[in-house]
Amino acid sequence: MTIPKWLLYLLILAMYVLHNDLWLWHDSSLFFGLPVGFTYHIAFCLGAALLLTLLVNYAWPAHLEKQAEGDDGDQEGQP
Amino acid sequence: MTLAVIFAYLGLVLLVGGLSHRLFRGTGEDYFVASRTIGPFLLLMSLFGTNMTAFAILGASGEAYHEGIGVFGMMASSSALIIPTVFFFVGMKVWALGKQHGILTQVQYFRQRWNSDGLGLVLFIVLIVLLIPYLLIGVMGGGLTLNLITKGDVPRWAGSLLVCVVVMTYVCYGGLRGTAWVNTFQTLVFMILGGVAFIVILRELGGLSGAMAALAEKQPDLLIRGDHIKPLKLLTYTCIPLSVGMFPHMFMHWLTAKGARTFRVPLMVYPLCIAAVWIPSVTLGVVGHLSFPGLKGPAANSILVRLIDLHAPEVLAGLLAAGVFAAVMSSLDSQVLSIGTMFTQDIVRHYGWGGGEQMSERRQVLYGRLFVTAILILTFALAQVVDRSIFKLAIWSFTGFAALFPIVVAALFWKRSTKYGALASIASVAVLWIYFFSKGWQTPGYTVGGTGIMPVAVILAASAVAMVVGSLLTRPPEPAVVRRFFPSHDAGGK
Repeated sequence: MTIPKWLLYLLILAMYVLHNDLWLWHDSSLFFGLPVGFTYHIAFCLGAALLLTLLVNYAWPAHLEKQAEGDDGDQEGQP
Repeated sequence: MTLAVIFAYLGLVLLVGGLSHRLFRGTGEDYFVASRTIGPFLLLMSLFGTNMTAFAILGASGEAYHEGIGVFGMMASSSALIIPTVFFFVGMKVWALGKQHGILTQVQYFRQRWNSDGLGLVLFIVLIVLLIPYLLIGVMGGGLTLNLITKGDVPRWAGSLLVCVVVMTYVCYGGLRGTAWVNTFQTLVFMILGGVAFIVILRELGGLSGAMAALAEKQPDLLIRGDHIKPLKLLTYTCIPLSVGMFPHMFMHWLTAKGARTFRVPLMVYPLCIAAVWIPSVTLGVVGHLSFPGLKGPAANSILVRLIDLHAPEVLAGLLAAGVFAAVMSSLDSQVLSIGTMFTQDIVRHYGWGGGEQMSERRQVLYGRLFVTAILILTFALAQVVDRSIFKLAIWSFTGFAALFPIVVAALFWKRSTKYGALASIASVAVLWIYFFSKGWQTPGYTVGGTGIMPVAVILAASAVAMVVGSLLTRPPEPAVVRRFFPSHDAGGK
């Protein structure tokens, strides 16, 4: 299975929007023992971990390893 | 007993730092970037430990004490998304360019990228100025913590001195490898002990549901965002974590990775680490009202220490104090080493002192050690004379670094960007930063015109516009320079 990079980048934006949970602003009910606005953001952290896992697996910049090794003549520090 | 535990812990820290020296190769590259051999776990712990300051842990619980559970969304969950995303798009690219061109510092990269000594020098000064309050907070935070834990028996200056001496010893001796090893140990310590404190204190308060029910009765406004945090503040506070893209110490840690794949674990696990540290911190800050109601202003920053003192047995109190020390030192060490590296490479070596570019490896290490020592002595001395209101500067320090973020983005992804664009960006940040700072630094929770908009959002936008306009209005960079930093297989930039 592959996931297009653009879809994953769009998911980052979607997560950014979802971070603003205005609908829970005044809700003091408890969910899993914590205020629901708190639980939501804990779940958001898990969602962020999942998204990063998808990025690592489906949008990995494989060329960087090659790039890092690609210029042998320029290895010494050049301040 | 508490002191004995803390001293035993500091002894362990020195032992770990000392052990790392067995792998020391005696070269400048080894001292400053551990010969780029750091593996995934050490990289994760170094990046996370360096970024989790005492300000984050103590300050977050203090902020939660006043503002309620919304602090988690504002400071923690936004970081859980943005920080690893910055690592993914910026950090890994920096690592590749660093390895390809043998770059050792952030200033070196920007100077070479735009082929400008002047830009390098300006950035060097700006980065140091922004780091100074950050360093002071670490040194003063260590002194304050020890003073609180020992109920005033140990004066603040002695705690600060202790932090400086321990950090100086293992950073001088072990260089970046020592720092990474010690950071790993310390990060594990404060994560584990934070979890232990969470369980012990909550149990004393009747468990999680008992504590929340009591809080709902006593102070229900803390269980919601309500009027404590405005929606625009939640939105614009997300600019603050962008500061990781411009922190010299984060840049330095990126360069240490063994390979691109080394970033995989840190990227995936970083959000979970954030949750693991901030859930206890914010929860305990909020439920702190049950044991210590009515704390005003900065007094709330000691809520964790007070809860530990009241609810935890003495040995555990000592261990938890060690955990706070761990958070202080795991940031301070990297910051001091990154400044020492910049002084050695970007000033002494670059401007031809001490042998210049031909400087021997041994001499580079010697200069690095001398600068680390000098910076810590200077920070300790400054910490004795500055006011405690320096703690208010933390958010302003982050604001400055975050507002410089367009510079690293342009350097990495926009071929057409120029040194004048970067200078315009720095100038706009300096002007607006001073403007907002003069208006708001005495007002806790200051936002632009009371709208909820954080100053960082305005400065960041201005900085990005200045970068674009400044670049487009000036001559494009030399093709040879562009080719050097944008290999043919790199699709980024135009």
